[in-house]
Amino acid sequence: MSAELRTNIAVVGAGPAGLAAAHAALAQGADVTLIDDNPSPGGQIWRGTGLARGPNVKQARLLASTRVVAAPQAGSLLLESMNEGQVLRYRRLVVATGARERMLPFPGWTLPGVTGAGGLQALVKGGLDVRGQRAVLAGSGPLLLAAAAVLQQAGAQVVLIAEQVSAAALARFAWALRAYPDKLMQAVALRWSLRAVPYHSHAHVLEAVGDERVRGVRIQHGERIREIACDWLGVGFGLIPNTELPQALGCDVAHGAAVVDALVHTSVAGVYAPGEACGIGGVDKAQLEGRIAGLAAAGADDAARALVPRRAPQLRFASLLQKHFALRPELLQTLRPDTLICRCEDVSHAQLSQFDSSREAKLLTRCGMGACQARMCGPICADLYGWVVDGHRPPLQPARLATLMSEPSNHDRKGVQPS
Amino acid sequence: MLIVGAGIIGSALAECCVRRGMSVRVVEAGIPAGATTAAGMGHLVVLDGSPAELALSDDGLRRWQARRAELPAAAEYRACGTLWLARNDAEMAEAERMRVRLAGRGLACRVVRAPELRRLEPELAPGLAGALLRPDEVVIYPPVASRWLLDEALRLGAGLLRGGAVQAVDEGAVALADGRTLRARNVVVAAGNATPDLVVGVPIKPRKGQLVVTERYPDYVRHQLVELGYVGATHGEVDAVAFNVQPRATGQLLIGSSRQYADRGTGVDWPLLRHMLRRAQEYLPRLGGLQGLRAWTGFRPATPDKLPLLGRVPGAARLWLAAGHEGLGITTALASAQLVADLLCGSDPAIDPSPYDPVRFGPFVTESDTLPAEVAA
Repeated sequence: MSAELRTNIAVVGAGPAGLAAAHAALAQGADVTLIDDNPSPGGQIWRGTGLARGPNVKQARLLASTRVVAAPQAGSLLLESMNEGQVLRYRRLVVATGARERMLPFPGWTLPGVTGAGGLQALVKGGLDVRGQRAVLAGSGPLLLAAAAVLQQAGAQVVLIAEQVSAAALARFAWALRAYPDKLMQAVALRWSLRAVPYHSHAHVLEAVGDERVRGVRIQHGERIREIACDWLGVGFGLIPNTELPQALGCDVAHGAAVVDALVHTSVAGVYAPGEACGIGGVDKAQLEGRIAGLAAAGADDAARALVPRRAPQLRFASLLQKHFALRPELLQTLRPDTLICRCEDVSHAQLSQFDSSREAKLLTRCGMGACQARMCGPICADLYGWVVDGHRPPLQPARLATLMSEPSNHDRKGVQPS
Repeated sequence: MLIVGAGIIGSALAECCVRRGMSVRVVEAGIPAGATTAAGMGHLVVLDGSPAELALSDDGLRRWQARRAELPAAAEYRACGTLWLARNDAEMAEAERMRVRLAGRGLACRVVRAPELRRLEPELAPGLAGALLRPDEVVIYPPVASRWLLDEALRLGAGLLRGGAVQAVDEGAVALADGRTLRARNVVVAAGNATPDLVVGVPIKPRKGQLVVTERYPDYVRHQLVELGYVGATHGEVDAVAFNVQPRATGQLLIGSSRQYADRGTGVDWPLLRHMLRRAQEYLPRLGGLQGLRAWTGFRPATPDKLPLLGRVPGAARLWLAAGHEGLGITTALASAQLVADLLCGSDPAIDPSPYDPVRFGPFVTESDTLPAEVAA
């Protein structure tokens, strides 16, 4: 019933890291299969425009709109597309699963119209009409500016950007950026394009206000509290590496990211984790690490090693971001007892704050038992309550039971034999 | 008395004993209700694999039914009933034999023919011959039900020592890993799969099972659905699957079941999971289109004769066992607790305790040498 595919190198994720890996491996003559859950490559950052903007990977087999559901055994992935489940056998695996937005709860964060800054950006790129509508971007980091620029370009009125770190921290970050002239230029250009937009530092959301949907936001700006009317509130508190697949494969994960060596090889033989999956650092780091992973996976270790020295400045940039945009503890102090923490299962702060472990809370309140399996509330609970959140259970994403029944078979092979 | 283990058996026993005026303290190494109790389905079902199994599960179900109104809503008590599904005439004949046995104990049940079965459960495969309907059987959410029992015990004056890893037990004594020794008139080990670590030689072995839970599909099925072959499938020492699907109060479906004897790993066994789901699909042909959310595994504390060990450790006066309920511990918890409490008090249990007496497997070895002399109760 189900087809089995074979490939030499499987690349999961067609964002900057995955595309770079596929390209580098293809250039070495390797047989590559690229898997992405979106209809077209590009990842979150080049959404839908990956083939135009990324390296050319036309020779790769592209499995689009396809999700990795499980890693049932070493050397094979269980995949689900629109129509079928199938098993992909690989020799080497590049896990370029990227990152998702970190969410922090505050009263009103579940109102329609309140969304992640990146998510809002994606909605607009996807055709959401925001012309003439008022938007507030709040949280921390460069993503706020990028999202504001997209919204402004789409005709929205960005009424405020609220950055939680202080002006002094921003100034220190800007000063440190001088070592990265390209990034500095980008930031300056972005800020210039948003020169008409009010920008507050040391400002954070206290509450999103509204009944049916958001109609305003209360902002703590230094000592003052302001209420600002808006139709959209995009919040961004940084990114979290997607480590569910590396964990399912048995890769070591530390500080929320896959542990890799200089060649971005994980603790599991033949598995590489370039890009955000091994540590948040942006598109340049992702592309470089993708190339390293692609070369190494294709056996071109010398070529891969030659690129390793270029990683150091990218890693320094990553730690700069982390250091200068560290979240202030006040951001977690806006909660009310009835503020929901687990949105899948509607579990409130009051319910959860009586527990001292994630497992016990999960058993008794269902927190984290929903479709997202604590992808959103897990990091929140870790921040709020200091819990070590339970490991993810298979499948990696909700999957049709028919997919879980898919069996590796020796018949009906569509793929080429491994070389 | 000291109870080692705050799973559903230890919690039910604590509640039962404290209500009888005993002074009770429960020692739990991990999270109360966090092991076998947390992993299972929560189907309160009368099984008649043997007269003793029937007696205990019947008594257990009746006790849950009697306490229905006390349970918190989050325990998700639902009397959805059980349909034991028959595929062919031979299984229909077995359904009829089961009806006679259960009716003989005054249990409500009736045989349902194919047309009625189609009306009761339209998603079931059209080719089924019929079923035995047990209309008053129940589904609950075990972790909450178990914690309710423990909380009741604590409210009535019992004590709970959390994080109390137990190193050894002996006549009226419990040695903790931190060096302390707790003493009491009686010690009851209700530690499930960990019981043989404390009372060496107790023939309890972990029997692995796997479950899958789906997205919400309210009324997709309305009864707990079990294949009649289930009772047979639970015997023997080969890895096996049997069709067993439960509608949760949330509208989700819980899909089982499997049994593995050698596998001690907590990871999902994919070939067996596929086998289990395909078995389920034979009964529910459109199952493949539903979204599966999570798969997990658990370990049932199994004994060679499929009956729990309830009573004194052979040769001991003040050391007791309440363990080894395999997959039936949620159903029998209240019955097992009453029986052990009766034995502890020296009164006559409502049902004959001899089939569950650990002496049938004894004698066992306890770790009395390892107990330090110093006492800190």
